[in-house]
Amino acid sequence: MTNEAIKEYITAKAPTATYDETGEWLNILVESTHFKSLATILNGQPMQMNFLFCLTCVDYTTHLTMVYHMTATKDRNMNIVIKTNLDRANPIIETVSDIWRTAEFHEREVFEMFGVQFANHPDLRRLILEEETAIAVDETKEAVVETKGYWPLRKDFEDPINMIKL
Amino acid sequence: MELNENIAGNPPFPGIIHETPGGGIVVSTFDSVINWARSNSLWPLSFATSCCGIEMMSTASAKYDFSRFGFEVARASPRQADVIIIAGTIVNKMAPVLKRLYDQMADPKYVIAMGACAISGGPFFYNTYSVVKGADHVIPVDVYIPGCPPRPEALLHSLISLQEKIKMGMTRDQIRQEFKTS
Repeated sequence: MTNEAIKEYITAKAPTATYDETGEWLNILVESTHFKSLATILNGQPMQMNFLFCLTCVDYTTHLTMVYHMTATKDRNMNIVIKTNLDRANPIIETVSDIWRTAEFHEREVFEMFGVQFANHPDLRRLILEEETAIAVDETKEAVVETKGYWPLRKDFEDPINMIKL
Repeated sequence: MELNENIAGNPPFPGIIHETPGGGIVVSTFDSVINWARSNSLWPLSFATSCCGIEMMSTASAKYDFSRFGFEVARASPRQADVIIIAGTIVNKMAPVLKRLYDQMADPKYVIAMGACAISGGPFFYNTYSVVKGADHVIPVDVYIPGCPPRPEALLHSLISLQEKIKMGMTRDQIRQEFKTS
């Protein structure tokens, strides 16, 4: 399937989608509300995007962007990138772990690093980091152990115990 | 200072040999003979957390071959190891593991911090939520080797320095034992 055919097919399903072909692969920006239904469609016939080979998140300080790279094992030349902008204060998106099982751990990692909530995820815990992490030192010089708001890859992340503010 | 001067020349067997007809008598102290024997058979733990481990493997293999100095075999169990070479970054999640490995090693035990990460957290990711800023925050270190990574020659030098330190009874573990008995 050529990029033109893919664009035509996706526009029919999600009319608000915008496209960017400046990179190596076709980038598709969709609304977060349309994302799950689009992912389901892409995984089915005729595209059979059955291989989600990268799932990550980017913090642009104004918003978070979820990035999904996928391809089809029947045609490995067909790679597409789906992007979705999320509200930074309340980032929530539907899980795709029921479509691509590999997303289960990737989403847990995005959750621990960026704090994105994945709705209907079967087991949304931190993947590698400790559940409880010291985040600040109060007046009594005791470390304040807190989990909420400890999202290390966010641009405004601060950790006064382990890091010097530059 | 004295330690550095001694590294230049390997001190001979500790003791005085009295030549007598048909043989000889060696006069020495138990401590120095034991330290001499221990320093010439140090088994390292195969423990590497990043790229310094590659240099350590190179030092172990044929070209540099640290078994020439008595570091015969890298042991996979801390219970059989005498020295732990911290080759790489220690992250917060690794710190309790490193502490446990050190605790599991039998006395006497020695520690070498290899490379910038083990000394101070490293040249790359020191200002991070996840990195321990030097392995000596977790366990006591006897010998530090700077470098990123240190060359195999530098590692050999540190191993020989450790041997000198053991012969002089100056490692942290030996000093601690001395205070324990007296």
